[in-house]
Amino acid sequence: MIEYALEYPDKLLYPLLEHIQMLVITLMISLILAAFLTIISIYSRLLSKTLVYFFSVIYAVPSIALFALLIPLTGLGKTTAIIVLVLYNQYVLLRNFLEGLDEVDPAVTEAATGIGMTKMQLLIKIKIPLSKRALFTGIRISVVTTIGIATIAAFINAGGLGSILNDGLRTVNTVKILWGSILAAGLAIVTNTILSKFERKL
Amino acid sequence: MTQKAIEFHNISKKFKHAQYYAVDKVNLSIEEGEFITILGSSGSGKTTLLKMVNKLYEPSQGSISLFGEDIANIDSIRLRRKIGYVIQQIGLFPHMTIAQNVATIPKLLQWNKKKINDRVAYLLNLVGLDANDFMNRYPSQLSGGQQQRIGLARALAVDPKIMLLDEPLGAVDAITRLSLQEELLRIHGGLNKTFLLVTHDINEAFKLGSRVVIMNSGKVSQFDTPRNIVANPADEFVYSLIESSRSQEQFWEGLR
Amino acid sequence: MDNNIWLQMKDYFAENMGDFLIAVKEHLEVSLIALLIAIIIGISCGYVCFKYKKMESKIIPFFQVLRVIPSLAILLLLIPIMGTGIKSAIIALVLLSVPPVLMNTVVGIKEVPGFLIESAYGMGMTERQVFWKVQLPLALPLIFTGIKIATIEIIASATLAAKIGSGGIGEIIFTGLGLNRTDLLVIGGITVGLMTILASFIIELINRMLMRYKYLK
Ligand SMILES: Nc1ncnc2c1ncn2[C@@H]1O[C@H](COP(=O)(O)OP(=O)(O)O)[C@@H](O)[C@H]1O
Ligand SMILES: [Mg+2]
Repeated sequence: MIEYALEYPDKLLYPLLEHIQMLVITLMISLILAAFLTIISIYSRLLSKTLVYFFSVIYAVPSIALFALLIPLTGLGKTTAIIVLVLYNQYVLLRNFLEGLDEVDPAVTEAATGIGMTKMQLLIKIKIPLSKRALFTGIRISVVTTIGIATIAAFINAGGLGSILNDGLRTVNTVKILWGSILAAGLAIVTNTILSKFERKL
Repeated sequence: MTQKAIEFHNISKKFKHAQYYAVDKVNLSIEEGEFITILGSSGSGKTTLLKMVNKLYEPSQGSISLFGEDIANIDSIRLRRKIGYVIQQIGLFPHMTIAQNVATIPKLLQWNKKKINDRVAYLLNLVGLDANDFMNRYPSQLSGGQQQRIGLARALAVDPKIMLLDEPLGAVDAITRLSLQEELLRIHGGLNKTFLLVTHDINEAFKLGSRVVIMNSGKVSQFDTPRNIVANPADEFVYSLIESSRSQEQFWEGLR
Repeated sequence: MDNNIWLQMKDYFAENMGDFLIAVKEHLEVSLIALLIAIIIGISCGYVCFKYKKMESKIIPFFQVLRVIPSLAILLLLIPIMGTGIKSAIIALVLLSVPPVLMNTVVGIKEVPGFLIESAYGMGMTERQVFWKVQLPLALPLIFTGIKIATIEIIASATLAAKIGSGGIGEIIFTGLGLNRTDLLVIGGITVGLMTILASFIIELINRMLMRYKYLK
């Protein structure tokens, strides 16, 4: 185990960095899209319900199936992986964002509307500051979900930690399988712990 | 000597970590068939006193006996099945129909079906609701006043000799409240049961109670008939209570 | 997608209908067994957490960590311990799906309003009766949500479990990936997708039938 890591450190390090890169790109696109969808959802209840329902159906489809279905359209590789990851994240983010914003005390929002705030001012000046923890929870969950699903993306040649697992499976190499699993699990646990700590401070 | 329905002997209760006694050396003796109301401001220990009767709380000191028997010697499950209990939040089980709610304890006691159905129909009629109409509804399909009538019916299910009612009308609107007060008096009059009703509304306490317990910070200030209390307030607190009610009345008179 | 794919898919079904049905059957079998075990473990652990507060602080963090670990990692970590095959697949699926059932059971029981429990005790129910007649039924809607999440997780991960030899639809997808055959990818993807959507629909239906009182006008 240890010998393998010492002998081929970049065989572990490179996939790890690739994994983190995939995570960061996904997250940036997801957040921008989710913020946009959240804002337009504020103006229409029907739209907000439709969006959440639509993404919940996508979220229910197993990632490997979604990968499989996208390959004929966008081919193998990172692009497909990131599209799927962003789609998944929309459900987690949108739901948590909308629920978090909705949980703000109606008395406060009424008072704010009463003094003449527009919906946008209400959102930026009142709702976001008051629900920042709930919003952050959504982000944390989507980060952890992304780390998990990104390991599966290796099956469609997107690289990342899953590629260690894939290699290990193909060559029946327990050491590789163990390293891949431990790194994936470790990355998820460490990230979640750090983000949770931060979340509690909010 | 006639047996007392409920006797409190020097009952005190201090909650863990609390500075004060929630109930402080209370002595009361209640005859069978009385309608006792317990009046006091919020936090004066009314609920605590009531909950010691059906052993939801253990007293710190003193004892309570029902019909001469110390409740410390009665199994709490058996005891509670002989005491009707109604609370302000009503506590109807939302996943059960009205009939199932009322029949909860009869079912646990394994009464036969016919007896249960008859009892449910009888009780719904007793509390002024049409049995056929209401039996199969769920609590969420009833108004607050109707729900509290069902709460009452459920508490009466196995014909308890004693009824504990903790602000049963606290959550219903003023008009429904008045009609439910009449209803309570009617039901009490028709059955030979001892009612112990907690309220923080002085009008309700004096209207319903054959005798009224007035509580102030865990202690009983006075325990007497409404007439005697008004004639001879026992202390400053009772006096000010009556005065505040009087000034209300003058306010109304002034509007005439 | 061009016409070619439709032809290929038609051919696949004409020639391999039997294999396809076997794959569906394997997938459903593994999923159903894992789900039943997960429900039993999840609800019992939830009950233990509720009954013994000391256990809660031990059981919950364990499953919380488990929930964070990528499904694929859990699936593969079992290989060195259990080897490959249906048994390890089922164990992995159970590990993956217990957390949602357990957490929702614990929260569901906790969220039953105190005054309802007090009414139940006040009318003379024993502790056991309060649990079975009041706490559990009222926790059921949330437990169902947990079961739904667990089901989705199981069907999805059972697809991946083909990699550790449990068969099922995953085999069709992975074959498609290996041979670069779009028809297999589409058939596998759609089948698994439909399975999850159908399964959550059925669970939702049962939920609405059992919890009729929640959905009155
Ligand atoms: N379960 C409890 N634990 C600790 N303190 C309590 C509890 N229940 C009531 N108390 C305290 O005991 C006092 C009397 O409460 P209670 O009997 O509920 O008053 P009331 O019903 O007259 O409003 C209050 O100071 C209250 O805070
Ligand atoms: Mg009270």
